[in-house]
Amino acid sequence: MNWTWFHRLGSPPYIYKLAGTLTPWFAWAAALLIAYGLVGGIVLAPPDYQQKDAFRIIYVHAPSAWLSLMIYTTMAVSAAIGLIWRMKVSHALAAACAPIGAWFTVAALGTGMLWGKPMWGTYWVWDPRLTAELVLLFLYMGYMGLRAGIEDTQRADRASAVLAIVGVINVPIVKYSVEWWNSLHQSASVMKLGKPDIVLEMLIPLLVMFVGFTLLFFALALVRLRAEILRRERAASWLREALA
Amino acid sequence: MTGGQSVSPWHVARLTVERDLRLAFRRPAQLVQPILFFLIVTTLFPLALSPELSRLRDVAPGVLWVAALLSSLLALEFLFRDDAQDGTLEQFALSGQSLTWLLFAKTFSHWLLTGLPLAVVAPISAGALGVDFGSMPGVVASLAIGSFALSLIGAIGAGLTLGVQRGGVLLSLLTLPLAVPILIFGARATELAIKSEPYGAPLYLLAAFAVLGLTLAPLAAAAAVRIGLE
Repeated sequence: MNWTWFHRLGSPPYIYKLAGTLTPWFAWAAALLIAYGLVGGIVLAPPDYQQKDAFRIIYVHAPSAWLSLMIYTTMAVSAAIGLIWRMKVSHALAAACAPIGAWFTVAALGTGMLWGKPMWGTYWVWDPRLTAELVLLFLYMGYMGLRAGIEDTQRADRASAVLAIVGVINVPIVKYSVEWWNSLHQSASVMKLGKPDIVLEMLIPLLVMFVGFTLLFFALALVRLRAEILRRERAASWLREALA
Repeated sequence: MTGGQSVSPWHVARLTVERDLRLAFRRPAQLVQPILFFLIVTTLFPLALSPELSRLRDVAPGVLWVAALLSSLLALEFLFRDDAQDGTLEQFALSGQSLTWLLFAKTFSHWLLTGLPLAVVAPISAGALGVDFGSMPGVVASLAIGSFALSLIGAIGAGLTLGVQRGGVLLSLLTLPLAVPILIFGARATELAIKSEPYGAPLYLLAAFAVLGLTLAPLAAAAAVRIGLE
């Protein structure tokens, strides 16, 4: 088995260049898909028979919620790789993920609250899924707080990696809270085995939004990763050549 | 030290716990701080809320648990701090004994000194909040098990904030999200006990969390302390 591709991923100059090349591709693909998904979801899809037009917030809410969990998992896996194989780039990626994940969590909570007011009659209920998502936000903040609290970058990397790994326990709790407890939050209508409970005109823009948001995260993460590498490698000689 | 390898782990743990208890009892003022804090916080609620016992009884589980959580956070700062400052933790790491096991022993003695006393004095606060005497075994049991789980989880946060200047607020930010399940099931068990209903189910779940913490938290705490010592 040839592992050079994996070892090359650990090299900051290689990643810096690769991220620079990939960012516009991800960014443009995300822009096109999100534009299509928004038109398809907000203009073309028929109104829900019960929720009328209010259901359309799902096109932002569900992808944000999915990303809030996906980014945390990415961050924790990346931090674990950094901790185990001592890859600097891995730690940089974990650090780059945290603020993005925190903002998608805020977006998921915010859009959920806006939808909750007309549908449930209240912005907030102390429901297992909502609470677990809020705890996820606190975990992101704790992670960033710990990073900011430790001066030395390498120690901050390793300490925050331990925290990210410990916090992973919350991810399945958020994901399955709707099934484990009798939650007010509706259960999944798309991401499940068998036939989805949603008509195609509504489903396709939603799936497109999922892909678009994920690509948007890739683009944002790569930009942040490059910034993170610049900050960490500011004394390195390759950087002077790369920027010259 | 006589030959690091021949010492049994139980002996090492006993020595660590004995040392921690001896040190703590030489500074009794620090020892009673979390207990006093717990009693004072639970006293504030009748003043702020209403002196009516029937209303207080309804909020008693929440009051007891939030007070216990805050008080255990307050005590967490002392879990590793002194030993990190005087170099004891470094000696632990270099001793050839398992750091995980030594830190578990430290966490256990920390619970004996700060968590268990809360469960012991809880009936005083609970009684003042209008809880019947018959409900006390459930209140004490849930707080005893829950505070053990809180100490274990808190050890991770205490280890992670070792090198952080004025890490107190950060320590709460790291620990509280992880403590949420303990709070939920602990308060639930206490609530059912106060209503004289069967409280076994949440108590068992609480114990399950404590066991989960017992198996995983010392490992994470040891990793955190190692990073802090670098």
